Amino acid sequence: MAKRIELDINGKRYPVDYPADTALLYVLRDELGLTGSKYGCGEGQCGACTVLIGGAPRRSCQIPVSAAAAKPITTIEGLEKDGRLNPVQQAFLDAGAFQCAYCTSGMIISSVGLLQTNPNPSRAEIVQFLQGNVCRCGTHPRIIDAVQQAAKMIEEHGR
Amino acid sequence: MSEPSGKFVLEPERYEFAAAPMHQFELARRDFFKLLGAGIAVFAIAKDATAEQETAPGHRSFHNEEWPKDINAWLHIGEDGTVTGFTGKAEIGQNARTELAQTIADELRVPFESVRMVMADTALTPFDAGTFGSRTTPTITPQLRRVSAAARDILVEAAAKNWNVAPERLVAADARVSDPASGRSLKYAELARGKTLAQNLPAEDPVTPAPQWTIAGRAIPKVDGRAFVTGRHQYTPDLRPAGMLYGKVLRPPSFGATLTAYDDSAAKAMTGVFVVRDGEFVGAAAPSADEAQSALDAIHAQWKEVPQIANKEIFSYLKQNAAAKTDDRFRKQRGSVEEGLASAAHRVDATYTVAYIAHAPLEPRAAVAQWADGKLTVWTGTQRPFANRDELADIFHLSESDVRVIVPDTGSAYGGKHTSDAAIEAARLARAAGRPVKVVWTREEEFTWAYFRPAGVIEVKSGIASDGTLTAWDFHNYHSGASGIDTPYVVLNQRTEYHPVPLILRSGSYRGLAATANHFARETHMDALTRAARMDPLDFRLKNLSDPRLRAVMEAAAKSFGWPHKKTQERQGFGLACGYEKGSYVATFAEVVVDKSSDAVRVARMVEAFECGAIVNPDGLRNQVVGAMIQGLGGALFEAVEFENGRIKNPHFASYRVPRFRDVPEIETILLDRKDIPSAGAGETPIMAVAPAIGNAIFDATGIRLNNLPMVPNGLRSA
Repeated sequence: MAKRIELDINGKRYPVDYPADTALLYVLRDELGLTGSKYGCGEGQCGACTVLIGGAPRRSCQIPVSAAAAKPITTIEGLEKDGRLNPVQQAFLDAGAFQCAYCTSGMIISSVGLLQTNPNPSRAEIVQFLQGNVCRCGTHPRIIDAVQQAAKMIEEHGR
Repeated sequence: MSEPSGKFVLEPERYEFAAAPMHQFELARRDFFKLLGAGIAVFAIAKDATAEQETAPGHRSFHNEEWPKDINAWLHIGEDGTVTGFTGKAEIGQNARTELAQTIADELRVPFESVRMVMADTALTPFDAGTFGSRTTPTITPQLRRVSAAARDILVEAAAKNWNVAPERLVAADARVSDPASGRSLKYAELARGKTLAQNLPAEDPVTPAPQWTIAGRAIPKVDGRAFVTGRHQYTPDLRPAGMLYGKVLRPPSFGATLTAYDDSAAKAMTGVFVVRDGEFVGAAAPSADEAQSALDAIHAQWKEVPQIANKEIFSYLKQNAAAKTDDRFRKQRGSVEEGLASAAHRVDATYTVAYIAHAPLEPRAAVAQWADGKLTVWTGTQRPFANRDELADIFHLSESDVRVIVPDTGSAYGGKHTSDAAIEAARLARAAGRPVKVVWTREEEFTWAYFRPAGVIEVKSGIASDGTLTAWDFHNYHSGASGIDTPYVVLNQRTEYHPVPLILRSGSYRGLAATANHFARETHMDALTRAARMDPLDFRLKNLSDPRLRAVMEAAAKSFGWPHKKTQERQGFGLACGYEKGSYVATFAEVVVDKSSDAVRVARMVEAFECGAIVNPDGLRNQVVGAMIQGLGGALFEAVEFENGRIKNPHFASYRVPRFRDVPEIETILLDRKDIPSAGAGETPIMAVAPAIGNAIFDATGIRLNNLPMVPNGLRSA
């Protein structure tokens, strides 16, 4: 049964009427038009749908909308502030770290989550952290470079 | 339906062209006349070259690549100075949009930022057979260069007329025509104002040679990059036209199953749900994807299944069911293989196999279809918008001008998005619902109902003289395809044959086609011959190669890799492979380390040298080369589609393993820029030599020769 749930997404509150077990991804995309989070597998295996919930990267295709209500949610649409890109977005742009770019939202959000808990990750730590994110175009080396570059930018200029 | 064309010379084994669409609809007679009556097409401009092209007979045959000659079909200079280029090619992550805009800016002498590309929209762009075969760079960049040069000449002549001076003394640069003698200048925008640039393309208009390029040849970042890192770019699954419903399709339990009993009364009783049954097609559209799925779940359907073979028995099946006659187009016979084998000092015979693999593009097949006044518009991620349009027109009994297919920049394809399945499904449901319908395939549907890179068996017999000269080469490919089947090595006695086999699983193009399978067999076999001759693998290849471009990539990669390489640890090995295809040349070197306790194979390092003539955008090219290397690593080591009884047994990312971050080695690429050679495509060839280079390195590390792709799906012990 549909139930009124209030979501806090990118600093805005959204009341939605949805069955409690609907995955957050479909509410974001189909109800709220926040289509930056992608459907890639619906099984938590590819990372294209990753959002931050309470600052931690989560597969939104696996999170029931009811479980997402308690904490603030950040999607790819919420990273740009006043026309200024988040350092991770800027680093991906600078490194040309995408080809078809369908995985890019998930890669960027996951990396933002990583840098919040580990501001200076090694290559091995980045690899470990992004192991659950699939890039079929094979842009992995540039993605790793971009995350390291973003870490440097944050260290020098702040978030 | 588009018939398979025997005259299609580009890549004949792209046999999914012959595959019928998955669904056939029987339009009711009254629908047929309704649609016809409402759907008379009127071309906007009678002189429009695009329209002429599309009404010309025979344009559907793929061998016919007649380009429209009218300049408006290709390039437009607006009164505000905006330049728009038109091409039927699609942007699928290969970065064509950027390189084509660069080409126009370079030749027209305008800033890169002032050029935009309209791509892959059947209502707006010239006919195009499809975005495949590494054809965009070699065919479209020269065309855009020629129209840009012609447009520049028109602008210069217009200025000359204005000032009443000879055009030869004028200079076009930075979106202006200037007269150095008088100091006068006019912007292109001013010259274009109030004019119509409908001039035919001169046949022989000189274009700027590569050494003088200023904007082409540079590492310009992907256009619209900001839209991708902010999530603003809308792929097909992101579109939501007003009133749109979500469509789902009821899939049979196995390939080829047919409906024997059907009851959709419970589904039809659901509020807001449209259920369609048309032949074997059953689908539902509803206000949400969940509701559409619930409707399908409520349908009672019984199916008759047909027995089918499993992947375990595929290779013997392929050998037994090969056509008695090989395909003439690919047969090559020179000298006497029998005599060459008899005179050899060393002989190596071996059989190689390649498994079915899946493209698994991260954006699944998807389409949004909308009907209005009997006309159909479909947004879909496809490599063949015009073929999709033709199929939709055939299936819904429309004229082609009443169907418009638009391709939003797409979340990759790799040869996997040639068919129009999702477009047909969305259009059928939308017609029933009278509202726009979106169909997005699930990952499981992707892995099951798309098509695959075909499996194959390759048999090789060969001989060498005692000095390492090849004396005989006998090469037979069963089923997987003929791309890259010819050996680049000099052999006096050789026989090459491609043996077609009727399809088992729905099969089609995959990045590089069969070149990957044929290079795996050939380059693995060459390594085995090297060992028989006790020669260095690089020296052995160079001894038998005459092509200077292939030698050049080999030597460049060898230098960067440090060949011959000394082993610094146990169970470490080095291997190499090379080849050429579609006008570009590749050499790949690999280092592997096999774990002593687990026997896990780790690719530690790959170095690849690549040459495709004059480089249009080295940044985009490097992305394509590295991407092909990583994708190739998946097929080399662990990717394989498993099937039994008409079912795919591993239709998920959890069970079908694709390369992930931990699999990615240290990668180095060397791009040789040959400004004296026309630019070739680069999307496919860089994948071809990856698997044999890795396999040869595994042999070097362990002494174990792996002749089957994937080589180590469960580590070395299972191989």
